[in-house]
Amino acid sequence: MGERLLTGPAQLAVFASDGLTAFSERPLAVALPESTEEVAAIVRACHRAGVPFVPRGSGTSLSGGSVPVPGGVVIACNRLNRVLRVDPLTRTAVVQPGVINLAVSAAAAAHGLQYAPDPSSQSVCTIGGNVAFNSGGAHCLKHGMTSNHVLAIRAILPDGELVELGSAQGSAGPDWVGMFCGSEGLFGIAVEITLRLVPVPEAVCTALAGYDSLQAAGEAVARILREGLLPVAVEIMDAVAIEAAEASVKPGYPECAALLIVELEGEREAVQADRLVLESLLARSGASDVRITEDPAERALIWKGRKGAFSSVGWLAPDYIVQDGVVPRTKLGYALAEIDRMSAQAGIRIANVFHAGDGNLHPLILYDGAQAGATDRAHQLAGEILRLCIALGGSITGEHGVGLEKRDFLPLMFSEDDIAFMRRIRHAVDPDELSNRGKMLAMS
Amino acid sequence: MSTVAALTQADVQAVVATCAPGQHLLPVAGGTKPGLSSSSRDDVTRVDVSALRGILAYDPAELTLTARAGTPIAELQAALSEHGQYLPFDPPFAAAGATLGGVTAAGASGPGAWRYGGVRDFVLGVRLVDGAGRLIYAGGKVVKNAAGFDVPKLMVGSIGRLGIMLELSLKVFPRAPETVTLTCELGDTEAAAEAALALMRSPIHLDALDIAAGGRLLARVAGRSGEVEARAERLAGVLPGPPVRLRGDDERELWRQVWSSVTETDADTLVRATSSLPGAAGLVAALAATAEASVHYTLGATAAWIRWPRAAPIDRLDALLAQRGLAGMVLIGSPERPLIGHQGGGVFAERIARAIDPDSRFLEL
Ligand SMILES: Cc1cc2nc3c(=O)[nH]c(=O)nc-3n(C[C@H](O)[C@H](O)[C@H](O)COP(=O)(O)OP(=O)(O)OC[C@H]3O[C@@H](n4cnc5c(N)ncnc54)[C@H](O)[C@@H]3O)c2cc1C
Repeated sequence: MGERLLTGPAQLAVFASDGLTAFSERPLAVALPESTEEVAAIVRACHRAGVPFVPRGSGTSLSGGSVPVPGGVVIACNRLNRVLRVDPLTRTAVVQPGVINLAVSAAAAAHGLQYAPDPSSQSVCTIGGNVAFNSGGAHCLKHGMTSNHVLAIRAILPDGELVELGSAQGSAGPDWVGMFCGSEGLFGIAVEITLRLVPVPEAVCTALAGYDSLQAAGEAVARILREGLLPVAVEIMDAVAIEAAEASVKPGYPECAALLIVELEGEREAVQADRLVLESLLARSGASDVRITEDPAERALIWKGRKGAFSSVGWLAPDYIVQDGVVPRTKLGYALAEIDRMSAQAGIRIANVFHAGDGNLHPLILYDGAQAGATDRAHQLAGEILRLCIALGGSITGEHGVGLEKRDFLPLMFSEDDIAFMRRIRHAVDPDELSNRGKMLAMS
Repeated sequence: MSTVAALTQADVQAVVATCAPGQHLLPVAGGTKPGLSSSSRDDVTRVDVSALRGILAYDPAELTLTARAGTPIAELQAALSEHGQYLPFDPPFAAAGATLGGVTAAGASGPGAWRYGGVRDFVLGVRLVDGAGRLIYAGGKVVKNAAGFDVPKLMVGSIGRLGIMLELSLKVFPRAPETVTLTCELGDTEAAAEAALALMRSPIHLDALDIAAGGRLLARVAGRSGEVEARAERLAGVLPGPPVRLRGDDERELWRQVWSSVTETDADTLVRATSSLPGAAGLVAALAATAEASVHYTLGATAAWIRWPRAAPIDRLDALLAQRGLAGMVLIGSPERPLIGHQGGGVFAERIARAIDPDSRFLEL
């Protein structure tokens, strides 16, 4: 592999962490395969030598999922970056794992099609990473997560064997594709992925509504759902997140304590009809400022502010943790009030920006790692928020995965038997725990 | 084949835990898909879980539901419709008594799944009994959850071979208040497929898109009163001939008739297979050249419901599907080999099946 096998300390340093900088580990080497055969050969070599390996896309994981393992190799899929086929007749695309999320929509655009899942990191993250984490995004409320858009996967299992799961036509038998999605790199490396494409909507309408409290915005979400509306996105940003966005992207959001973003999409007639319902609902929801736009440039700016929120928060604090927890959506208001209370009690600032429509919270815990004990206190608060999510009947992760970060929280959701069951499945596929060892499940 | 009835969760666990070597278990509930839930072998015992029924949690404001696996779909639909909600995957065999567990195990979705996806896109969590009789929970009860392996999805299409489901959590959606169906007789599958393609190219989202045997196209739109008619009008403009428009009771009756003629059969084998719109006419021709088969396409022809004469060897259908890279599931017919055609999964499938059921207490896939 020559220059595509990196071993120099400076080269390796680049791969030491992922989007969650709290974890870091120097890999033994980093391989940059350019074909399925090369991936298979590297994995077989690792298997023979008993060397663990970590599949990696763009390294934007926020849970430590793509952090190297001690004494292990990183298999970076970035050069496997070709869109192999776009078929407008079957509305499918076949891509290599290193293809950037947005590049799929770009390749499909000529046919009036797009790839729906849109993690905020979509301009940099890869389809391989999306598949491994079953990533979501703002528009997943209506469209569903990554796995709802994956029809087939060719994968190299941890012993180097190639398997084909599903087909472009779907499957009639157990959903092996669904099982592979979200497996966090524990089942080997996806080398070819068949994705479902959806038509680019004819009309889109985006509403902004400002509220004087997060609770009020949360209640508006509940009303929207009760009304039978099915928006494509329902997002909330709090004052701190808005402040950060205005300091960087300058989307010109209404001044408020909590901003609700609601987007409708579909055919002209359907969007117009739903817009009327939404407008009257928002007018009665206690919002201080309601703006509705169908202008693509305005919409783009609104989303630039929202999708850039994580990085914008960098303007407010030297360090932050992006937490990812889920609560039942009817308990949003309560959960937000509790988080506010916890933040005040701990004296740690929290910015909230989240997928309100599906109860997926992203509290951004701001701290300064240079201060003694600050990192530990921030992580402690992050943990308390997860406990709150579970106490309310939710989940420890909606879309960022368990990775390294949440391994110890898995028992909050699952019994010993449940975890042992997952472990038996893991061991059946990868007895030596070579593929992404220690992620999701602690090494046994 | 004998049958034991499980009245409690503990019964299911005990039956599995005490299953003798060489004996196999097969869960059954509504029995609407005998190809999956019966057996002619005497080393097979059916575990009837239809007594494990009832809705455990349903909060309309939350748009999620948890029910025991033996709960009839009709019961869920009745509870949901009181709040203007529905199961968007539109389970077939509901009227005949299909249950939540059976529909999930068959992975079978009805025509309405075209809009928002099939069972796999709505299942959130599962409680199951594994091959050692252990009680396992996987997934969650909220609409979004990425913790642990997606075992709930694996249950979709698992046909009772990867554990016995006891309880499932689902997300549900609000039902659009109005629908309009357009139908058009186009003479043959090829012409109907071409019209279907034109519909798919239009910006109109369809609620259902079926091609019945003989080339009859059925397209449904759903939405609010007023706008839904406008969209139906635009759709009509795309069709090659003037369609018949149906609403209300007439519309419901049409879909009921069409689908009962697909699913109700004593004489034929009924296979649900994967398919594609570009390959739809070719498959019909190939089937017709082999046997007196008929095909109903649904979900934009990504699914084919094939009626295959009992007298014709199923091996031929198997080969025909495999040749085309298509997978099939025998829902009604001889239960000896429910999965036919091109089945992916390979060693990944074998290893996971072994992990769940190391002593082969469930029937092999
Ligand atoms: C600013 C920012 C915003 C974000 N917003 C969102 C969001 O809105 N929604 C969301 O869900 N996530 C979000 N994320 C998290 C992250 O972007 C996603 O998890 C993404 O899918 C990771 O993709 P990646 O290419 O960076 O993968 P990596 O981080 O490189 O890897 C992620 C995981 O996938 C595995 N993996 C990578 N490639 C393969 C492969 N080919 N086969 C098997 N396993 C593989 C890795 O081992 C690792 O476990 C955000 C991250 C950042 C930094």
